[in-house]
Amino acid sequence: MPKVTFPRMGESYRAFRMLMNDLGNEVIIPPRPNKKTLDFGVRYSPEFACLPLKILTGTYVETCMSGAELIITSGGSGPCRAGLYGQLHKKILNSIGFPVDIIVFEAPKSHPIDFLRKVKRVNSSRLSYLAIWECVKRGWEKLKYLDDLEKTTHALRPRELKKGSTTKVYREVLEWIDGAYAMKEIHEAGKEALNTLKLVPHDTRRAVLRVGIVGEIYVLLEPASNLEIEETLGNLGVEVHRSMFLTGWTRDNTVKETSGILSVKEAAMPYIPLCIGGHGRESVGHTILYARDGFDGVIQMAPFTCIPEIVARTILTRVSREHNIPVLTFFLDEQTGKAGMSTRLEAFVDLIRRKKNAPVSDNRIIVG
Amino acid sequence: MAARVGIPSSLFYYVHFPMWQTFFSELGVEVVTSGQTTKGLLDQGVREALADACVPIKLFFGHVISLKDSADYLFIPRIVCLNRKTIYCPKFLGLPDMIRHGLTGMPPIIDVQMDSRQGFASLWKSYLKIGRIFGLGKGRIFMAYLKAYMVARRFQSLMRSGLHPPEAMAVLSGKENIADPVDYNGDLTFAVLGYPYEVHDQFISVGLVKKLKKMGIRVITIENLSPRKISRANILDKNMFWTFSDLALNAAYYLFKEGGVDGIIHLTAFGCGPDSMVDKFMEISSRDYPEIPFMSVTIDEHTGDAGISTRLEAFVDMVKRRKEVKNNSCPR
Repeated sequence: MPKVTFPRMGESYRAFRMLMNDLGNEVIIPPRPNKKTLDFGVRYSPEFACLPLKILTGTYVETCMSGAELIITSGGSGPCRAGLYGQLHKKILNSIGFPVDIIVFEAPKSHPIDFLRKVKRVNSSRLSYLAIWECVKRGWEKLKYLDDLEKTTHALRPRELKKGSTTKVYREVLEWIDGAYAMKEIHEAGKEALNTLKLVPHDTRRAVLRVGIVGEIYVLLEPASNLEIEETLGNLGVEVHRSMFLTGWTRDNTVKETSGILSVKEAAMPYIPLCIGGHGRESVGHTILYARDGFDGVIQMAPFTCIPEIVARTILTRVSREHNIPVLTFFLDEQTGKAGMSTRLEAFVDLIRRKKNAPVSDNRIIVG
Repeated sequence: MAARVGIPSSLFYYVHFPMWQTFFSELGVEVVTSGQTTKGLLDQGVREALADACVPIKLFFGHVISLKDSADYLFIPRIVCLNRKTIYCPKFLGLPDMIRHGLTGMPPIIDVQMDSRQGFASLWKSYLKIGRIFGLGKGRIFMAYLKAYMVARRFQSLMRSGLHPPEAMAVLSGKENIADPVDYNGDLTFAVLGYPYEVHDQFISVGLVKKLKKMGIRVITIENLSPRKISRANILDKNMFWTFSDLALNAAYYLFKEGGVDGIIHLTAFGCGPDSMVDKFMEISSRDYPEIPFMSVTIDEHTGDAGISTRLEAFVDMVKRRKEVKNNSCPR
């Protein structure tokens, strides 16, 4: 059985592990990014590469050390750098002495034949396409439940009666989903997990601030790379609404675009009329939508030197002024410390709380 | 009075200025440029642009600000794709938006989109749109476009013959050859790879090319190579998405494989997104070709003259010595 691994993005590895096992591969689970991962990443990646690339390099080095032979990742058509990660990682890993191969899945809508060929390569137990489709469906179902669970924690955390109880229950119920295998089991475990999570004692009438989070997909989805910003904000009494989830993103990028993403594009139209790669346009569009929906503030998360987000950041200053919504930007790199981030977040939350409670006439803009 | 169009002397200036200048002057529109980069321009750009942007973008902001009062329009086209294959860096795609929303009190921006993937003669349609802004007829715009196109062709062929963009521009505008007289005594040839707006900007590159020439070294840049030839040298299973990066990386692969140069210098800007990958690819590739020394030089808004000179001298000395040793050790 070939030993395969893949990038880690939040809790999604639980679904991918099941899928890869079903296809007859041994899975080396990518470890949660930590200090060691970053050290490896910084050592072997180019200096100005963005944080996701460095974290992934580190993750790959760690998994290669535990014997991974094949890395499966996604590609892209640019102009964001992420579309070339696979090629660069292969060169880097080979040059430091790991003879791994990398399979880069490109979007099936533009490269259908290439896609099928690659599916065949990871299909070690020679399943039929129909059987593969069944496996993918189960993995997809799992992913959806994982995303739903995470979404629920965002709403619960600021309202919980005992600090930390949501996170504790969340960790517990994740394992239930992990254990489910058949479609029926997944549905049962998922529903049970959601119900249990909602039973966490909380105060539904508590007035909380609502903050939207926009930015680059990897730093949004991997809590270890954004220093658990959602948890930090939740503990500060802020309900977080994240603009991106893996299932949502995949729906937008594999077959056809959903109505959700179309309205984002429309909202961003006066500011950025065409796709500038990555999630630059989405960051601007979501910020406008959040402003319309009456959110109290927006936080932009971007890796240092991320090109699309730099363009978005330049434009967000104007958006913030015109739509009267406070925006705080974090450019994350390997030096970002949790204490510094918490301080900035606390200050930001204090400011938007004051803005919310202030009389309407005192409606000054906060940009951080 | 004729309308004045401001073209910042940065970024695309080194690639398309002769064409744009011809186009506008044929339309009877006056062209104003921001001139050579100075310390003042850079400082102004650094103050206005986002801190996390790369130096060329900050510099572009500076150039644009200096045109604020002297131009009626700013010409910042949204160049997406010109060769039907590769596009440009996201910062270029969002350039007009960054200027419009990042600076206040600027003259109207001509931000016509140029994308050759949008079907037959899409570039001509873009230029037609530009001409229409000045209320001119189709025939006149077409003649101007044709003439501009011919100038662009001539500009390309001048550079292919070995001139660098500033020299080629001087030849086009009828001035004498401004190339510094150099005696190529050491018969060393270096390739300086990098983006035209870094390599050929005297100020931001701290006169790197000029310094090399002063040391008696022939310098080749990407513009001197045939794009078709170098695009065949690509060894990756995917092209770089960005035109300039694609050219730079393929040029490196081409030169490594074909030889003909004694050293390769990669000039890159601090915080440049695409270059972080290009540079790593070059570096990994250079290990397979130990006979061609490779160095990468990073520039930013604080780059000092002395630092670069020292590094260059050391590199050149090393290459010279290597060559001497090689020539002496195997007499035939």
